[in-house]
Amino acid sequence: MIVFQQVSFLIVLVLGAYFFFRRVMRIRNNILMGQNEDRTDQPTKRLRSMLLIAFGQKKMFKKPIPALLHLMVYVGFLVINIEVLEFILDGISGNHRTFAGLLGNVRLTGVYTIALNIFEFLALAVIISCLFFLIRRNIYKVNRFGGLEMTNWPKLDANLILIFEIVLMFAILTMNAADQILQSRDVAGFPTTGFMGFSGFLVMPLFQSMDSGMLIAIERIAWWLHIIGIFAFAIYVTYSKHLHIFLAFPNTYYSNLMPVGKIKNMPEVTKEVNMMMGIPTEETDSPTEIKRLGAKDVRDLSWKNLMDAYTCTECGRCTAECPANQTGKKLSPRKIMMDTRDRVESLGDLFAKQGKEADDGKSLLGDFISKEEIFACTSCNACVEACPVMIDPLSIILQLRRYMSMEESSAPADWNAMFANMETSFSPWKFPPSDRFKWADDLNDQSGQKSPQNP
Amino acid sequence: MVEKPTYSAPTMAELAQKGETPEVLLWIGCAGAFDERYKKVTIAFIKILTVAGVKFGVLGEEESCTGDPARRAGNEFLFQMQAAANIQILNGYGIKKIIAACPHCFNTIKNEYPDFGGSYEVLHHSEFLQELIETGQLKMEDGDSLKNEKITYHDSCYLGRSNQVYDAPRQLIESLQADLVEMERHRQNGFCCGAGGAQMFKEPEKGAKDINVDRTEEALETHAKIIATACPFCMTMMSDGVKNKEQEEEVKVMDIAELIAKSKNL
Repeated sequence: MIVFQQVSFLIVLVLGAYFFFRRVMRIRNNILMGQNEDRTDQPTKRLRSMLLIAFGQKKMFKKPIPALLHLMVYVGFLVINIEVLEFILDGISGNHRTFAGLLGNVRLTGVYTIALNIFEFLALAVIISCLFFLIRRNIYKVNRFGGLEMTNWPKLDANLILIFEIVLMFAILTMNAADQILQSRDVAGFPTTGFMGFSGFLVMPLFQSMDSGMLIAIERIAWWLHIIGIFAFAIYVTYSKHLHIFLAFPNTYYSNLMPVGKIKNMPEVTKEVNMMMGIPTEETDSPTEIKRLGAKDVRDLSWKNLMDAYTCTECGRCTAECPANQTGKKLSPRKIMMDTRDRVESLGDLFAKQGKEADDGKSLLGDFISKEEIFACTSCNACVEACPVMIDPLSIILQLRRYMSMEESSAPADWNAMFANMETSFSPWKFPPSDRFKWADDLNDQSGQKSPQNP
Repeated sequence: MVEKPTYSAPTMAELAQKGETPEVLLWIGCAGAFDERYKKVTIAFIKILTVAGVKFGVLGEEESCTGDPARRAGNEFLFQMQAAANIQILNGYGIKKIIAACPHCFNTIKNEYPDFGGSYEVLHHSEFLQELIETGQLKMEDGDSLKNEKITYHDSCYLGRSNQVYDAPRQLIESLQADLVEMERHRQNGFCCGAGGAQMFKEPEKGAKDINVDRTEEALETHAKIIATACPFCMTMMSDGVKNKEQEEEVKVMDIAELIAKSKNL
């Protein structure tokens, strides 16, 4: 029986790992579809930003209530991984509670008992938090969880993840409750753990009257449910909006360290401008490959834009702060990120089936994101400020605008007029450049002495 | 009665001819030069600098748009042409320190021009005025015409979120002994006026409401008599919003430099 369980476990483990890593490699390749961009400078600053913002959840605490609930789930996720490790070791070795043996006499040191009680506390905290999250989403209907882009799948996805987490945590408590009763009945194979309070008080009373055979079955089912659930969850996450649990860390590490008002430069344009203006440029040996100006599709964006898209968990803080969205315009920064991810995914699938040269005739701009959306952006950076994991929707919007303005010349008519004014009068308004200093004529208006323009 | 000084705005060309180098260059910006309303801010700022004894120069007709709206509307070529032309002039005069009243000009010169060989110390006029008060060059004790006046301050995105300048404008309002009242969304959470990202130069997209009206409503909720701004575009948007709400008789939109000038009776 034990050997059968071990073999089954190994099969599940290997299959789970295979499907998980296959997806991870696909996502990695998809992200690397983007253009190069160096984000490796200033490693200390980057590490600090990762520790504060991802590990330390700093930006979450702008909204204290969801931040606290989220912290519970986050700490639960981090800490319960230790228990998952024990599950895996148990599964492979056929032991029960490997760590109990490793940590010395359970009763003497109490370390294992304390650890299990912490896990149980967190399991309960995760359940409570997820219930609150479900209520906020489905009953209280917090505004930012709605919106045009929150159609059937994103809505279901969010709820599934919460339900998944609740089920996983219940499995732990159920398993421990059954285990404790079996221990008290001195059933072989259930070494002492000490009293596990949360399952002890909450679940154990339901099981007390059951016979030991039934309890062993419950314990085993809960164990398998938990570990298979964890593997399934890990794989599910890679297809869902929930990848921030892994990607928040690299995404904050590689985040923009410049002042957010600075727009990324286009050195290929600088080269041409310098040539036109007769400004000497540093010679570069490598012939400049002819690239598209701005971005029409996801491959024109930088890899960091694409990592941003995979990191987005659709919380909607960006959209809730977006002045365009909040006044009824079509633009939603969250939709920009979701569209970018959907497009990368569809292109990744296409390439996997038909090779890297395949073309489905679609593009991010036009088929996923409309011009009306990107025209509405005020570049105010409220979305960037709002994102707890340092996603930058504005950078994508500006790249799409560049393509429109420079490759398609399809900017709004007002903007084309503004461009023309700037070209001819060096001002966005149509004033003759010779009038630019006329304001100085009014300097002494109040005192009645009009000063000449050039004294 | 003390006689008012005569104000002038010497150009870099004149100063160079006389062999003089000013402490700072004032970057006037297109709004500061052409916008009827914002010209008053330019003049107010120059009056303050004159009284504080700051030696400054301007580029006059040699200045041209920094290119900010072109870049944000996606026309990188046009932006870089403007940048290259301006940097040639700035470097030609050996400019070290620039003060801009427009946060868009300020952001572009400070953060974006270094990529094209234009590196200067750049301050927003609110930062510079605050510095003048701190060093005692600008004395605020004499003016109290805005004492206890209820003033709300609207954060400019390009000053605030983009460059983390939140305190200087607020300290200036406090130096007037005025009663600074915050809107619900302020500082990092400030709500845009609707003009950034080249929106100033086009009609808004279809929606339920104009952004400036939304923001103005929030400002009016504070019951402040003055909405202080620190950006020419914010000023236009908020003024239009106040007109839209038919409050222009009761509520004034003023730049922080104008508030200082008013408080000092300049």
